[in-house]
Amino acid sequence: MPQIAQLAETFSSQIFWLLVFFGIVFFVIGRGMVPKVMGTVAQRDSQIGSDLAAAEAARAQADEEEEAWRKRENENRAAAQALVAKAKADAAASSEKKLAAAQKRLDKKLADAEAAVTAARTSALAEVEGVAAEAAQDIVQRLAGVSITAASAKKAVKEAMNHG
Amino acid sequence: MAAEPAKVDPMYQFTIEPLFGSANWEIAGFNIAFTNSAMWMLITTVVLGIFVWGGMKRELVPGRWQMAVETFTGFVENMLEANIGKAGRKYVPYVFSLFMFILFANILGLLPLGIVGLHPFTFTSHFTITGVLAAISFSIVLIVGFWKHGFHFFSLFVPHGTPLPMIPAIFLIELVSFAVRPFSLALRLFVAMMAGHVLLEVLSSFVIDGTNAGAHFGLLVGLPSFLLMIGICALEILVAGIQAYVFALLTSLYINDAENLH
Repeated sequence: MPQIAQLAETFSSQIFWLLVFFGIVFFVIGRGMVPKVMGTVAQRDSQIGSDLAAAEAARAQADEEEEAWRKRENENRAAAQALVAKAKADAAASSEKKLAAAQKRLDKKLADAEAAVTAARTSALAEVEGVAAEAAQDIVQRLAGVSITAASAKKAVKEAMNHG
Repeated sequence: MAAEPAKVDPMYQFTIEPLFGSANWEIAGFNIAFTNSAMWMLITTVVLGIFVWGGMKRELVPGRWQMAVETFTGFVENMLEANIGKAGRKYVPYVFSLFMFILFANILGLLPLGIVGLHPFTFTSHFTITGVLAAISFSIVLIVGFWKHGFHFFSLFVPHGTPLPMIPAIFLIELVSFAVRPFSLALRLFVAMMAGHVLLEVLSSFVIDGTNAGAHFGLLVGLPSFLLMIGICALEILVAGIQAYVFALLTSLYINDAENLH
């Protein structure tokens, strides 16, 4: 076993060169290079972290803007609806007014016409009575030879007409 | 042919040899020959350096290489944070160095470079190496423990709620279990790496000697051994990763003891 057989003659060189090379590894690589590598990793981590934070903030802002836009949109829609409702109401009111005026005019015309008809009927009836009375007077004179007064003829006609 | 002794010595791969005629280099009377072991430490350091350097492009969107390096640093960071908490982050350089150094050493030592004439040397299969690494980890635990908690650090050896009469015995047991830690840390890695390499070497000697002994032995012994080797190789790659992970994990657990007591 050379590890033991050569121990006495080689231990000093083994230890010496190990300390030299492990020292180089520790001071140059371990102390010099490794912190830089780890620094790069840390830098990348922080970069990723800040990027994520920025993205998060951007998303929050986008949400906020969308919310504001939605609010504005709702307001606009409400205003538009109010406008439409008002226009509708105005139109309804004016048409109602016009309708009412037309109705009034029609009613008046109807009433006039009715009055005229009534008047015409009354005068016609009066004429019919007069004619009937004269006719009755004539008929009575011819048949009975009795002359009756116009007044009594009229009275008789009226009675007859009233009884139907 | 069959009568000749096996030429494959499974332990030979652990032999340390000075390179480039450096056998007599000395500092203060201690030999510091630049050996094949040191050579592979250098290779490990360079490969690891290139690997991590490739991950330093600092791009916001990482490429594959940068992603791989960041996966390793993130892995070590998570492990320390899970075991120690926020205070664990300051140990990332050390535990990362430890984990990657052992991992690269283990895996480089497994590479089949022998077929191109270059013989990998797994220096983590030497307890002088694993012992020093364990000693460094353990020293950190002791220094951090006494620095942060002073003599209160000894309360680590008296678990909360221990009955008063039991305290001396428990203290002793806990002290021993604490003192054994660096040895278990060092031996676990050394044994795991050495056992795997010896096993591969023994199996390969079966393949070589069996085939040399004739077609029958080759089919009967060599082929199954070769198939087994393929499986063991996969297992060894797993072990290489697991042992590096275990070393780093236990180190972080021990540092947690020092950092947070119980």
